[in-house]
Amino acid sequence: MMKTRFLWLLLASLPVQAVEYNQTQLDKSSLTFAYKQMGVPMNGKFSKFAVAVKFDPDKSNSAQAQFDVDLSSIDTGYAEGNEEIAGQQWFNAKVYPAAKFISTGVKALGGNRYEAQGKLTLKGKTQEVSAPFSFKQEGKNGLFDGAFVLKRLDYAIGEGPWADVSAVANEIQIVFHIVANAASVKK
Amino acid sequence: MNTNYSKTAIGLHWMMAAFIFLTFPLGVVMHDLALSPLKLRLISYHKWLGVTILLLAVVRLVWRATHTPPPLPESIPHWQQRAAGSLHTLLYVLLFLIPVSGWLMSSAKGFPVVYLGLVPLPDLLPKDKALAELLTETHELLNYAMLLLLGMHIAAALKHHFIDHDSTLRRMLPFIQGKK
Repeated sequence: MMKTRFLWLLLASLPVQAVEYNQTQLDKSSLTFAYKQMGVPMNGKFSKFAVAVKFDPDKSNSAQAQFDVDLSSIDTGYAEGNEEIAGQQWFNAKVYPAAKFISTGVKALGGNRYEAQGKLTLKGKTQEVSAPFSFKQEGKNGLFDGAFVLKRLDYAIGEGPWADVSAVANEIQIVFHIVANAASVKK
Repeated sequence: MNTNYSKTAIGLHWMMAAFIFLTFPLGVVMHDLALSPLKLRLISYHKWLGVTILLLAVVRLVWRATHTPPPLPESIPHWQQRAAGSLHTLLYVLLFLIPVSGWLMSSAKGFPVVYLGLVPLPDLLPKDKALAELLTETHELLNYAMLLLLGMHIAAALKHHFIDHDSTLRRMLPFIQGKK
């Protein structure tokens, strides 16, 4: 009895340690995508992007994330595609060189599942998107794994003849794997 | 003794001819197009036709292995009969090698082949740029070899029909079964 009370006192006297994951490890993170071309599954990736996250699993509803993606760093899976996608009908990368996602909220879905809501700006158009993700602790690292489906025509990605979704599907699955280290913050 | 090919052999031969005469020019045309939805569509059709040719080649080979073709007219010199046999063997080999080289090339380029947009075929190779280029050249070279051999095949058939007036071509013509 005494022992338990002592333990409680001890716990209460400790400062609350909130673990916030906010040091993004870009070299361990990846931003990839999957799409279908004439029914053929294709994979691509972005090699240059910046991510800022603030995530405390105990306070997930105040979590924040921002993605800045250099669109010229895209690899569509083949050289001809990489040249084509920078063009006016696709990204129009000269005018809109980057994509930006800014979170507006994070919802806990139970277990290690969450959902990030936010605004995605691409080619001058901003749309609400939500992306479910999982969070896993691995030593000092926090691993965020999630995916969502982007409809390219919502952002006028692929105009003119490329608007034909039977050649290149409208649905592009964006897959992110983000590693962020924890920095302990006293609260 | 039957002097004509069987209806099955005739059907397979002309189906194969039709597919080759579609697939080959399609390959040349699509290759030179700038990237567009049309190009992607034509490439897919080319691959579907190629897989169809490969399937037909298997059926033809099985049929050929289990059925003796009618003899060539006796008027044809022995060396020409042997030359015709060698040419046919080479064409059979190409009916396999060309679609398979296309499939290998597609795999090496990182494009899976999905037959008719419905049936995914396994990737034969991992993505490899240098290998993809080598296989592209191989696929092209094999096709020009086939073009040359087909030219000889057709020229010989026409020569026998119109100059020698023998039954070589008639053995393979549809709708004239039984006529001599």
